[in-house]
Amino acid sequence: MATRQTQSLARLMRAPAIILLLIWMIVPLAMTLYYSFLNYNLLNPASTSWAGWFNYQYFYTDPAFFEAIWNTLILVLGVLCITVVGGILIALLIDKPIFGQGIVRILVISPFFVMPPVAALIWKNMIMHPSYGVLADVAKFFGLQPVDWFAQFPLFSIIVIVAWQWLPFATLILLTSLQSLDGEQMEAAEMDGASALSRFFYLTLPHMARAITVVILIQTIFLLGVYAEILVTTNGGPGNASTNLTYLIYRAARLNFDIGGAAAGGIIAVILANFVAIFLMRAVGKNLD
Amino acid sequence: MGSITLKNVRKAFGEVEVIPGVDLTIEDGEFVVFVGPSGCGKSTLLRLIAGLEDVTSGGISIDGKDVTDAGPAQRGLAMVFQSYALYPHMSVRKNIAFPLKMAKMSEAEQEKRVSHAAKILNLDSYLDRKPGQLSGGQRQRVAIGRAIVREPSAFLFDEPLSNLDAALRVNMRVEISELHNSLKTTMIYVTHDQVEAMTMADKIVVLRAGRVEQVGSPLELYSRPANRFVGGFIGSPNMNFIEGEDAARHGAHTIGIRPKHWKLSQAEGEFPGTVGVAEHLGSDTFLHIDLDNGAHIIARAAGEFPVHHGDRIFLTPQEGRIYKFGQDGLAL
Repeated sequence: MATRQTQSLARLMRAPAIILLLIWMIVPLAMTLYYSFLNYNLLNPASTSWAGWFNYQYFYTDPAFFEAIWNTLILVLGVLCITVVGGILIALLIDKPIFGQGIVRILVISPFFVMPPVAALIWKNMIMHPSYGVLADVAKFFGLQPVDWFAQFPLFSIIVIVAWQWLPFATLILLTSLQSLDGEQMEAAEMDGASALSRFFYLTLPHMARAITVVILIQTIFLLGVYAEILVTTNGGPGNASTNLTYLIYRAARLNFDIGGAAAGGIIAVILANFVAIFLMRAVGKNLD
Repeated sequence: MGSITLKNVRKAFGEVEVIPGVDLTIEDGEFVVFVGPSGCGKSTLLRLIAGLEDVTSGGISIDGKDVTDAGPAQRGLAMVFQSYALYPHMSVRKNIAFPLKMAKMSEAEQEKRVSHAAKILNLDSYLDRKPGQLSGGQRQRVAIGRAIVREPSAFLFDEPLSNLDAALRVNMRVEISELHNSLKTTMIYVTHDQVEAMTMADKIVVLRAGRVEQVGSPLELYSRPANRFVGGFIGSPNMNFIEGEDAARHGAHTIGIRPKHWKLSQAEGEFPGTVGVAEHLGSDTFLHIDLDNGAHIIARAAGEFPVHHGDRIFLTPQEGRIYKFGQDGLAL
């Protein structure tokens, strides 16, 4: 009796939070869905009318659409590769007892505290700029022609910036996983004649599988929505070379003032994100149980 | 083959000297137990032999070959860790085969050796399980299996039974002794439990603060302890020590009497005292007695010895069963 009362009371107590979260999620989704079926342009809001599937058709037939999807995938995969591999290597490095370990760890983690537009601007103006960036100085020092990163390798440049921002996150998660590795297992493997490389592949990597999965899942969620870095550096260009899906939607909404088209793009992005989520959970999610 | 010689082995961690110099010879096929209170350096000594720690000075040789600077894998030793150190994501089969795989042995040979080890250790039906699905005793067997497939020249055990419950510990103790009898390989076994040391060892090495206090067979250590520490450490319950005038009467600084070497009387005796707690084990009764001279001692009595808390009792040591120690703790 008491248990049942406690349970229903608990349900009652947590209902407001759950209802709030539900509204928080459902209302924007429903409104986006509704707008996506409207001819709704901010330049001419008076002539809003029912559009049927036109917005979807329009978005789908836009030549930039598939390029944007492709760019999104490359961006996500590129950043994941760099952060996972780089994160493992840095984690292995700073797991070793070294002088000033605390300072080194804080330094490694600090990029995560820089907000994306600021980080992107620093990279754009101080590091990758073709005339006064650090990389240009290095190129000049060796007598080479400085590279105009954002013009020549726009998507790659953005991958580098985003990877730089996410590397600390991956490192942090992987480091904690590394620290929970049992030292006696390592010693046992050493006695069993396993080389440092074998120990890494047979023990360390399987031990970190779960942490790597967490890194991949969490980062994918955020990487599908990368936007600020593109806005302040390449503006999606040249052409559509660095336009991802998020940025394409932004362009429809804020540059063309086409709310209906942008909403349709948003719904498509949600569907695609769910595809990616299902695929990821099938591919790596088994490591989590 | 597996004779191990330590020559003046020293180990210091920074300023702290853990092992100030140990000389020890272990013959081929011996079951040697390192025993001592916790923090006495016994595990460190084992890890030095295994090569998991580097010696600060001195030399270690195995079968006459100097291995002081050899890595752990080159010494041909196998170790069983206290936490078992099984590889959690590999099946039992893969765990046992891991050292063979690392030695690049053929699949067929691996399979042969794994099934042989599994048969010895009764692990046949668990080969495809993961370590997480096994009980403590089974994990212990897998760890031993992983050690025996390599056919090492010596086995090193680092407190392997301390994570098991009491009943299982007794079983595994017997199993390890059986294993030693059938394999006839040198085994070095570290424990803080003197019962394990007494029951399993051919040779016991008693350590204190990194120093070897005494080396000898279990009965040798029991009947002729070299000093007060060894006397007090070997044997259960512990030896009783009496100092001062009463000891001087027997011509020693300290006298030690084992609990079973007391003659108990309710009328008269050398040491009068008061009975405290009586522990009835059925076959024996251990009496905790506060002597009038201030010492607290334990005496073994027969199972149905009729005394109660607070009773007066008189004790006399049996003739010739008194261990005498000098001022410096050494046996006289």
